[in-house]
Amino acid sequence: MHPAPSIIFFTVFSGIGFGLLAFLGLGMPDYTGFTAFIFFLIAYVFAVGGLISSTFHLGNPQRALKAFTQWKTSWLSREGCLSVAALSVMGLYAIGVVFLDTHWKLLGLLGAALSLATVFGTSMIYTQIKTVPRWSHWTTPVLFLLYAIAGGAFVAGQTSIAAPLLLALGAFQCVTWFIGDKQFAASDSTIETATGLGHMGKVRMFEAPHSSKNYLMEEMVYVVGRKHVRTLRITGILCLSLLPYVLLVVPPFHHLISFVALLLHIAGALMTRWLFFAEAEHTVGLYYDQR
Amino acid sequence: MTQLPTHTEKKLGLVIDLDTCVGCHACVVSCKGWNTENYGAPLSDQNPYGADPSGTFLNRVHSYEVTPDEGAAMTVHFPKSCLHCEDAPCVTVCPTGASYKRVEDGIVLVNESDCIGCGLCAWACPYGAREMDQAEGVMKKCTLCVDRIYNENLPEEDREPACVRTCPAGARHFGDLGDAESDVSKLVAERGGMDLMPEQGTKPVNKYLPPRPKDEQVDILAPFLEPVAQEAKGFLGWLDKTLERIG
Repeated sequence: MHPAPSIIFFTVFSGIGFGLLAFLGLGMPDYTGFTAFIFFLIAYVFAVGGLISSTFHLGNPQRALKAFTQWKTSWLSREGCLSVAALSVMGLYAIGVVFLDTHWKLLGLLGAALSLATVFGTSMIYTQIKTVPRWSHWTTPVLFLLYAIAGGAFVAGQTSIAAPLLLALGAFQCVTWFIGDKQFAASDSTIETATGLGHMGKVRMFEAPHSSKNYLMEEMVYVVGRKHVRTLRITGILCLSLLPYVLLVVPPFHHLISFVALLLHIAGALMTRWLFFAEAEHTVGLYYDQR
Repeated sequence: MTQLPTHTEKKLGLVIDLDTCVGCHACVVSCKGWNTENYGAPLSDQNPYGADPSGTFLNRVHSYEVTPDEGAAMTVHFPKSCLHCEDAPCVTVCPTGASYKRVEDGIVLVNESDCIGCGLCAWACPYGAREMDQAEGVMKKCTLCVDRIYNENLPEEDREPACVRTCPAGARHFGDLGDAESDVSKLVAERGGMDLMPEQGTKPVNKYLPPRPKDEQVDILAPFLEPVAQEAKGFLGWLDKTLERIG
């Protein structure tokens, strides 16, 4: 699948933003006043910035409001509704924390739940796509939630929670790759089932339907860059999980070191999210004898 | 809107005969021609006269080579367009309600004024039947020529999809696949019409007729075409012998 920068940016930053909102809703950290304002500001910049970025890949973004209407069947619509609910509830909660010096606990809990539900909604947009076997698996929502919780705890300054979560995230990302690499073969779709000609013999493409690339191939038969997968996976895990973990748990402890660790984590998340798309094979590739 | 109907009154669709298709791409051209100037946004081309032309098409013809365990390989031309699935995954993923399946005839359509061009429906389709128009930013797909098949301004013989109307080989058939007595349903039953990627669970309405098995004897006339005169006689015979003597 084509790794659109706007979508990579959206899923990574809104994930961390909603993860941070979840921790703020739980009162972690329990700052009030101006310090709390800064935390909420970061969370909203990440979450809303990500959501806005996701509209950049739309063909007609001026009609984006219509995307709130089909929540009965569409995960993209559900995610949109959930994000607005989460941002509204957390906005109310933030008023109490920042201006009134009070934590409305129940509201915070609701906001935290909605924030995580939004991340779950994002993950389900990919999980529901049966045509991409690598995504259509229970590991996808778990992975997205782990990214959000680990990144959120990190930005929330909850080092004691963030450090083990970073390791868990790295480990689970590796598990997802291990399972994902076998998913397409396990999906039963082949060039033979795609053409229905399997009963006659082995099928290969003889002549393509068009002489140069088209939308389908650009969008869903993205094979460029796959040769660097190994290097990117190793670098990604190092930046995402291992290096930030070491920087967090090994003294000296300093805000600047934590900040560098966070930058590494985000860079790693961007790399692995690029792989999430670039490595995903769509069944339409079978018609082109390419994956 | 994006909830699929539990039942459609008709199941209009195509039956494509892979035995008959000669791979001429006439259906591709007539489809583009009709659909670029009728329903919805035109089907744009990008860099059409340059080195790397591309564009929006609702129907494309692939060609495959099938190699059996024994015997000669075979070329199969394979037209592919929207299969108007009963369980269309492209419809339910649509966040705006632009994609829908009609209750009256089962045709899957896009209401372009509601389409935000997110591309999710194209991802959800296993067959690559939907293409985003790069100029308009809306999703385009086969409409089964909905603006021809009910169009009383057209002569009756033209009230079928442009691809079917134009196919010079008669490899494309149009009709109600929900009616067991229709010509297309009988054709499917007779020829063993099949679904593409049935494992995806989309329940396609369009059916493909597999190529018929090839005859074992390549040409029944071959034995009659053996040379009747092995030895040259007369003037040519004399010339042949003389030239052989000189050479």
